[in-house]
Amino acid sequence: MSEATLERGIKALKEQIDAPVASFFSSCVHCGMCAEACLFYTETGNPKYTPISKVEPMRRLWEQEFTLIGRIKKLLGLSKKITDEELSEWQELVYNSCSMCGRCTMVCPVGNDITYMIRKFREGMSAAGHAPEGLIGATTRAIQIGSPMGVKFPALKAQAGHVEKEVGFEIPFDKVGAEYMLLMSSMEIMNYPEYLGAVARIFHQAGKSWTISSEAFEATNSGIQIGTSDLARELVNRIVEAAEKLKVKTVISPECGHAYTAIRWEGPNLVGHPFSFRVRHILEVLDEFRKDGLLRTEGFEEDKMTFHDPCQLVRRGGVIEQPRNLLNMVAKNFVEMDDHGKMNWCCGAGGGVSANEDAHELKLTAFKRKKAQLDELHVDTLVTACANCRIQLEEGLEVNDMDIPVVGLTEMLAEHLVETDSKQG
Amino acid sequence: MTSVEFLQWVRGPGLAIASIIFVFGMTLKVLEIFMLGRKKNLAELRSSGVKEGFRTIITRFGAVDRFTTRRTMFTHITGWVFHVGLFVAIFLLTPHIELFKSFLGFGWPALPTAIVDFVTVITLITLLIILFHRITNPVLRYLSVGEDYVVWVLTFLPMLTGYMAYHHLFFPYTWLLGIHILSVCILMALFPFTKLTHAVTLFFSRWYNGYMGGQKGVKQ
Repeated sequence: MSEATLERGIKALKEQIDAPVASFFSSCVHCGMCAEACLFYTETGNPKYTPISKVEPMRRLWEQEFTLIGRIKKLLGLSKKITDEELSEWQELVYNSCSMCGRCTMVCPVGNDITYMIRKFREGMSAAGHAPEGLIGATTRAIQIGSPMGVKFPALKAQAGHVEKEVGFEIPFDKVGAEYMLLMSSMEIMNYPEYLGAVARIFHQAGKSWTISSEAFEATNSGIQIGTSDLARELVNRIVEAAEKLKVKTVISPECGHAYTAIRWEGPNLVGHPFSFRVRHILEVLDEFRKDGLLRTEGFEEDKMTFHDPCQLVRRGGVIEQPRNLLNMVAKNFVEMDDHGKMNWCCGAGGGVSANEDAHELKLTAFKRKKAQLDELHVDTLVTACANCRIQLEEGLEVNDMDIPVVGLTEMLAEHLVETDSKQG
Repeated sequence: MTSVEFLQWVRGPGLAIASIIFVFGMTLKVLEIFMLGRKKNLAELRSSGVKEGFRTIITRFGAVDRFTTRRTMFTHITGWVFHVGLFVAIFLLTPHIELFKSFLGFGWPALPTAIVDFVTVITLITLLIILFHRITNPVLRYLSVGEDYVVWVLTFLPMLTGYMAYHHLFFPYTWLLGIHILSVCILMALFPFTKLTHAVTLFFSRWYNGYMGGQKGVKQ
């Protein structure tokens, strides 16, 4: 990272402004509907969290640089320049109070993709030196150590050792020619070791070859959360190099929302060329197994359960049907939240919010929206498919004295695998 | 300047100047947007996005989810009422159609004047309610800048003066008609340089929104 200055920030931000951004700013009529779609507004009632106003400095830059009227105003000295003080004030709005969940994008009557603009604005904010400390730390660790939480390969190897003992077969590392390459999130390695065991058992039953690269096992990408494309590109490149070296056909993004956006949607655009392999979320892979008859389960969960859709999978990723197909294989009493699927409410901690200590209190306030959704349903179990959502849900439930266990969908499926006629993997 | 001279000026050179500024300004606006371009998406796409782009242009006329719709019902309803009102008053009033006919060479059926008159009253009242809402609602007050109020006046005046001219209220008819046309001229001349451009650019924005989402497999 070269030294962050206001000048660099403005230059970076100018480079981000494209035709959609110009169209969006030209279309906003200040109707305020986006506020009602944003949990940071609905749960605080503070108008400053209105999504479109979070990109106000960016709007001014667009007007000053890319419109006739703006240029005339600038020439006459009538326009307000962007300053460090202003960006510093905006840090809270661009990072702490936006999980880039994309709900505002879905309700805007003129069709503005505000999330798209926040993502771009962060490029300018980080180049100007106005990214939160927590995210800078996570990104630095990701680049230097290989994981935002500082997890190194030996930690994963140790966890794999425990899993091997439990499942009774080897976890394949660096296997050239495997069909699938599994990525993990640090959160799964540190907090949810059951994920790796679940994947191992499912692949074993399906008889599919898979591997984990010792050089690129980390899927999360702090670069896209902080908004530094150079670093995001470096993190994606590590995965691309490993996948090409191991000649895999499919790279599997783990139970994590933004990791999916990073590798599946931003990845090829960051490195500047299409990938030579497919990228799929673990739920997409499992649903493919289901369709091909390779995922065989037995028994049903009797608990009343609901599914929390990770925003980056549904609104920003298009993985909507798969978790429902999979849940229905093992859950008898699965109910939907009022707003679900592509309109589900964010957990409150995505898009870098969870890595940002400054946002800690706010993210728990934002969780109240999820709490309200759960209060309507009275479920026994909450299922999700994102380790980051899961941490936030667990913390939010704990703080609010709600006794609802949170389960990862992959693990839940693995618990229902037909064990008797498993193939040798 | 007599009232007749004034009327002749506004509906002659005045309207011509306003129309030229409008056409030039809107062309510039559209060019300013599209000349910025955008990068091609290199990710493996789930669809071309074209269908969802077009669908979004249509679907955003309505509401999306229950929660947000409930909380924005007021904006939805007042928004619809005044936009439909503007459309009716501008495009379905006999004298207006005559004017369009003189430019375009063809016309279309008008609504009975009494209905347009009634719609105009409803629209004026709705616009006043919307202004009140903008001033009193915390989110709208926070968002609003001078331009929002200027644009409100620009929209309100042609409706009000048109209504007054039709009913010969307070001032001589010739003056009222002249002022009505002048207010339209000002609206047209400022249109390309204010948020009024949304009338055109919202189609691009909805398209981009649906198109980019559609490529990822998000249906509207």
